[in-house]
Amino acid sequence: MSNWVEACAADEVEEEDVIRFDHEGRTFAIFRSPEDEYFATDGLCTHERVHLADGLVMDDVIECPKHNGRFNYKTGRGKGAPICVDLKTYPVRVEGGRVLIDLG
Amino acid sequence: MTAAGMVIVGAGEAGARAASTLREDGYEGPVTLIGDEPHAPYERPPLSKAVMTTNDIGEPSSILDADRLGAARIEHLAGRRVSRLDLANRLAVLDDGSVQAYEKLLIATGAGPRRLSLPGAGEGGVLYLRTFADALALRGRLRPGSRLAVIGGGFIGLEIAASAVERGCAVTLVEMAPRILMRGVPAEVAQIVRARHEAAGVRVMTGLAIERIERRGEGSAVVLGDGAAVECDLVVAGIGAVPETALAEASGLAVENGVRADGALRTSDPHVFAAGDCCSFPHPLYGGRRLRLEAWRNAQDQGATAARNMLGAGERYEAVPWFWSDQYDQGLQVAGLADAGTRVVRREGGGASLFFHLDDAGRLVAVSAIGPGNAVARDVKLAEMMIARRLAPDPAALADPNAKLKALLATSPTIAAAA
Ligand SMILES: Cc1cc2nc3c(=O)[nH]c(=O)nc-3n(C[C@H](O)[C@H](O)[C@H](O)COP(=O)(O)OP(=O)(O)OC[C@H]3O[C@@H](n4cnc5c(N)ncnc54)[C@H](O)[C@@H]3O)c2cc1C
Ligand code: FES
Repeated sequence: MSNWVEACAADEVEEEDVIRFDHEGRTFAIFRSPEDEYFATDGLCTHERVHLADGLVMDDVIECPKHNGRFNYKTGRGKGAPICVDLKTYPVRVEGGRVLIDLG
Repeated sequence: MTAAGMVIVGAGEAGARAASTLREDGYEGPVTLIGDEPHAPYERPPLSKAVMTTNDIGEPSSILDADRLGAARIEHLAGRRVSRLDLANRLAVLDDGSVQAYEKLLIATGAGPRRLSLPGAGEGGVLYLRTFADALALRGRLRPGSRLAVIGGGFIGLEIAASAVERGCAVTLVEMAPRILMRGVPAEVAQIVRARHEAAGVRVMTGLAIERIERRGEGSAVVLGDGAAVECDLVVAGIGAVPETALAEASGLAVENGVRADGALRTSDPHVFAAGDCCSFPHPLYGGRRLRLEAWRNAQDQGATAARNMLGAGERYEAVPWFWSDQYDQGLQVAGLADAGTRVVRREGGGASLFFHLDDAGRLVAVSAIGPGNAVARDVKLAEMMIARRLAPDPAALADPNAKLKALLATSPTIAAAA
């Protein structure tokens, strides 16, 4: 079952950057890669539940602002200590300048 | 005695990280992690923060719990102390007289709180915070309405003060130096921190001599040089940490403000390494200056580097020093060594303040920053990358909140390392 919701305008996220999107009590992170593609993950770090949108995006990696845990935001894969749980990812599509994510 | 393999002494941040790195890097032999605390390796930073403010936290937050230790085949000897090393025969001698042979050994024994040497400070008159047990003892006595005197305006003292305010205590903080946060943090940042504490109701007193601690009825008094006294129910001190070098000294290893290591974290014995709060090492980014850091990420990164070098990698440790502190709604971060700078450039934006420290050549050597939550994290990270690459960013651009640090990272010139 899909459940597409509108997250933001495409130009609200800069290239190689991330913004936070809150929806019905949940929080997500919306990424725009250096290649101008969009991705979405859970918004909180799996280590100590800190907002990833305060972190730094470099290439396809988001680094958590708290203890520098790193994830590939395209796959959700955690890249070593202190991260031991991967990040959940969500399908994304861009339509008419809006970013939509599928919360399933 | 298990067959010789890798032995790690000290099951804290650095030791735990070293143990898991040995496995991640494919080491198949025995890994033994020996620590004198009763717990599986746990995180210390929450002790002055969440553990202090949240009564239901009854267990420390594990770095490696029993399941993960088991899965990684790490043998954890808890509640056991290593008393000395027989370097010639590569044996670790434990407090119960048993011995453990090693191929390579890591000393990750951390640091302990510096004790106040004042009349009245002994015999439980003053509490300290380093372990989970310390945290529970302190938390149990921070009741709403109780009066707390904190001696020492460093990070631990300030975090305890902030947590005690949150628990409804009345807090007085006494610092003997002219200002709080004398070590590693510029005066501008210290001033912002002080103002935040005062706004929360903490009475902050600086530049004062302390004569003694007195018992007064059920409570205590911190008696100052001028005879005035801070009356309180409880005294806690955070006046710095002393590297835990007893094992290194008993074994005849070189000690110099910590266990003396080279740039690859090897001690004066080629089979013994050191990492974390106990380790003094030369830093290539600061002209080989010998440092000893007391910071979470340094413990993690040194643990990992030491583990790889125990396996023969020969890697030089050159990570940029970095730490954070959380007090109230504010997050503070410092990357690099602020005292290596001769000029400060300030940048303001989004309620956050960043201070860039440049040396005479214009090279960025540190950044100190404070702001709400994790607001400064991204900029500090970018500055840290500039520090690591020895860049000399344009000061005017650093001061301009609209100039993107990511662009400066890509375009600033490099200052070559001195030969
Ligand atoms: C309350 C508190 C808050 C902190 N907050 C922050 C923060 O916000 N940000 C930050 O960057 N850093 C923070 N730190 C610092 C950080 O926790 C330390 O830098 C880190 O724990 C150092 O790791 P380590 O492995 O070197 O030492 P430790 O974690 O201290 O581990 C050393 C272990 O070795 C054991 N040991 C010692 N000698 C022996 C022996 N002979 N045999 C067996 N075991 C032995 C010790 O008991 C201890 O368990 C904080 C520290 C404290 C205490
Ligand atoms: S909260 Fe993200 S790495 Fe710790």
